Amino acid sequence: MGVHQIRLTINGKTFVEEAEPRMLLSDFIRENCGLTGTHVGCEHGVCGACTVIVNGSAVRSCLMFAVQADGEEIQTVEGLSQNGELTPLQQNFKECHGLQCGFCTPGILMSTSDYLAKNPEPSKKEIKEMLSGHLCRCTGYDGILKAIQKTVEDNKETILIEGS
Amino acid sequence: MKPAKFDYYCPKTLDEALSLLEESGFDGKIIAGGQSLVPIMNMRLSGPECLIDINRLHDLDFIEFDEEKVKIGTLTRQSRVEMSSLIKENCGLLSEAVPFIGHVQTRNRGTFGGSLVHADPSAEIPLSLMASGGSVLIASKEETREVDVEDFFVTYLTTDIMPTELLTEVQIPIWSGRVGYDFTEISRRHGDFALVAAACQLTLDDQNKISRVRLTLGGVESVPLLVEEANQMMMGEKLSEALLNKVADIVREAVDPESDLHASADYRTHLAAVLAKRTIQTAYNRAGR
Repeated sequence: MGVHQIRLTINGKTFVEEAEPRMLLSDFIRENCGLTGTHVGCEHGVCGACTVIVNGSAVRSCLMFAVQADGEEIQTVEGLSQNGELTPLQQNFKECHGLQCGFCTPGILMSTSDYLAKNPEPSKKEIKEMLSGHLCRCTGYDGILKAIQKTVEDNKETILIEGS
Repeated sequence: MKPAKFDYYCPKTLDEALSLLEESGFDGKIIAGGQSLVPIMNMRLSGPECLIDINRLHDLDFIEFDEEKVKIGTLTRQSRVEMSSLIKENCGLLSEAVPFIGHVQTRNRGTFGGSLVHADPSAEIPLSLMASGGSVLIASKEETREVDVEDFFVTYLTTDIMPTELLTEVQIPIWSGRVGYDFTEISRRHGDFALVAAACQLTLDDQNKISRVRLTLGGVESVPLLVEEANQMMMGEKLSEALLNKVADIVREAVDPESDLHASADYRTHLAAVLAKRTIQTAYNRAGR
């Protein structure tokens, strides 16, 4: 069984840690790397709270073993803001009441960041479909949806201004 | 919810993976996307002694075309299949089915072959492969063999694959002529397991008579069900309300669903007939356009 040495990059910083093969990536990020922004909810891939970005794709970190992420590049919610500046998406979550207790928020932020990078102008239906992979037990979906829609609208305006 | 202990191997070549499989025999289990395997390990419904991780076998991650068929490597992520414009053009049924699988976040990791090998009887990829027809390539240390999709699924979560074998590639024929298809399913919430799923692919001749048809149903049997009696009955016919009702009668006789927390057997039987009619109608209309 034994332990494996795992070297990976999280938010641009390299971590070298040892872990048993059975350690979930979600636990590894929190316990070995000390990044507790990634939340652990259901641990079987349903709630989406643990979503992180691995090599440019949003995935469930509770459905990967840490050892599988050896050599990979990971982004967690701690990596979003730069020099204390929230990203526009984070700012809109704040303004549109996109979070209540905040437990589901890190996962939703990571999914949405990845999703908007690949689909800059999603419809409301498409945003809802993307959000179907996340559970908010405060049931605060309305604010979450508004925050994401506002981000999409703001991006469109930015593109227009840059274009003109 | 943490999985039991296991040994972990991460082969870099197919050959190495097959050797490891042979050595570990019944104790070894392949992990690819892990979107079904890891939950059942976390819940301790499964406790393999040894995991062989094929995520580094990049040669098994591909979508290729020739004139007659689409070839998809087993490690190809479901989201890549979903986004592929070539798949959409040549194998539209698949593009329509994949978005029903789980969620964006699980399709980013879940693999095409993994879904087939897991063989959940309500799953989308097995069902659409049954509707389009095709075959899979299965490799072991000794040989690579080709198995038709009709012979691949054995029963619940069980396929023709032996413990020392690995599914490497899926081959799907590109249908020619006036082709129509449809995939539909009913589930409690988006991304949940389908209560019943239905898929149909057909072609029409120049008189709008059905010249080839494969109606399949998921979630109503231990394997994806190819409704052969209905398919034979529809051959050479134009679509009519009477024909659809005959199909519905056959479907109600052919299915044998189970009752569970989510739906009764009676409701699933009812759904199977309704979805069968709906999916044939849509496929027919699309082929006739």
